Amino acid sequence: MMDGKEYCEYVSKTAPKTSELKTLLPAFCIGGIICMIGQGFTDLYAYLLPEAEESMIGALTSMTMIFFGALLTGFGIYDKIGGIAGAGSIVPITGFANSIASPAMEFRKEGIIFGLMAKMFVIAGPVIVTGVVSSVIVGIIYTIVAAV
Amino acid sequence: MRKGKHTYLPEAGIYILNTCSIVGPNEGRGRFSSYYDQVLEDYDWDCKTHEKTEIKMHKFVIEQVIENSNLGRSDIDCIVGGDLLNQLVASTFAAREFEIPCLGVYSACASFGEALSVSSFLIGKGNMNNVICCTGSHFGAVERQFRYPLELGTQPAPSSQYTVTAAGSALLSVNYKEGVPCLTACTVGKIVDYHICDANNMGAAMAPAAADTILTHLKDTGRGEDYYDYIFTGDLGKYGRETLYYLCKKQGYDLGGCLNDCGALIYKDKQKDMQGGSGAGCLAAVFTAYIYKEMRAGNMKRVLLVPTGALLSKGSSLQGESIPGIAHAVAVEMV
Repeated sequence: MMDGKEYCEYVSKTAPKTSELKTLLPAFCIGGIICMIGQGFTDLYAYLLPEAEESMIGALTSMTMIFFGALLTGFGIYDKIGGIAGAGSIVPITGFANSIASPAMEFRKEGIIFGLMAKMFVIAGPVIVTGVVSSVIVGIIYTIVAAV
Repeated sequence: MRKGKHTYLPEAGIYILNTCSIVGPNEGRGRFSSYYDQVLEDYDWDCKTHEKTEIKMHKFVIEQVIENSNLGRSDIDCIVGGDLLNQLVASTFAAREFEIPCLGVYSACASFGEALSVSSFLIGKGNMNNVICCTGSHFGAVERQFRYPLELGTQPAPSSQYTVTAAGSALLSVNYKEGVPCLTACTVGKIVDYHICDANNMGAAMAPAAADTILTHLKDTGRGEDYYDYIFTGDLGKYGRETLYYLCKKQGYDLGGCLNDCGALIYKDKQKDMQGGSGAGCLAAVFTAYIYKEMRAGNMKRVLLVPTGALLSKGSSLQGESIPGIAHAVAVEMV
């Protein structure tokens, strides 16, 4: 028989690969549509709340998109979008909502505390940790630079 | 009786008196739709969790196979069952209501082969008379244990496979019945590791084990590649089947004509399933539904079942372990 190294080379050469055109195009289009919807909400809130600051409008838009991401997850629609769009629906904030809502739903069966609450962040956890750690690092650098 | 290196021929005749199969809705729309005993309308089957559904499926196939064979529960000496869930909770929990001794087996998706082999050793040595083999898997229960939550919007890799929702049971007996297939040889497989680490390409991880077991079986028994009408591997998928063919060809065995894979066959081509189906229920359902019924109808005479398993857990992959494969061969013939 072949040895392991030779076999791994054979497999990496012959295994079915992701077709770039077939995946990049839907990812671009659906990701773009999600962002367009987000921009639509931004414009809507800016129109409805002319006094509000830009950061406030941004926060409102994020909250709205998170709400719809979680809602579509609950209705069992977001995973179907994800199947077509791939990263196109993972990268926007709706994907972040999906990554928290889906384990919460999945592990609800093991109870509220040890199921839902404990497992809610199994996928989003690393993202949150990275966000917090990097903001602390940037904060320290900013403080030092400002002091100098 | 031992033959060659790792092959065992039962000393008494072991007859497969009856089988029963149950599958989920996707599999029910697949290639063997008319062969299954029961097709579920949804993945829940009135259960609160998919684990409970899988237990109910196991219970159903055990109950039905006893009922169809006109035997009482007390006539069954043992249930040899397996599944993919941690601590074998599906098959053992299903067996708790039968008051029949139970043995749990695990070879991942090759568990049905291990169940048949263990049963043949139990019966062949004259220790037991009637043994039920059953294995199964449920898409929802397996996904959450090995991969991601069902509602997470991920894209399947083109080399990956779809875990089948299916369970199958077979009643093995020393008692002869006319027109039923007979289990004539078992080759217990080695764990073969070619250092494939991609959990999305199980076909490639398992193909070397399948090749090793098939070639060992042929050498041990002195049978040529044309002895069997069909060789059915478990769940290598379309790509894994090609890889197995290539590996055997390199060893001088051309299995082209008779080599089939249950995972590659279980769905129709237009069903979106990447490389095909996988899971402990894959070969179990295809054998107990399609192959068994075709054999009894006289359309197949000699079949070699080679269920294949990829040995991994979520933790082992994260710890950088590769994915070893295992395959057991069981010869089923009309005599």
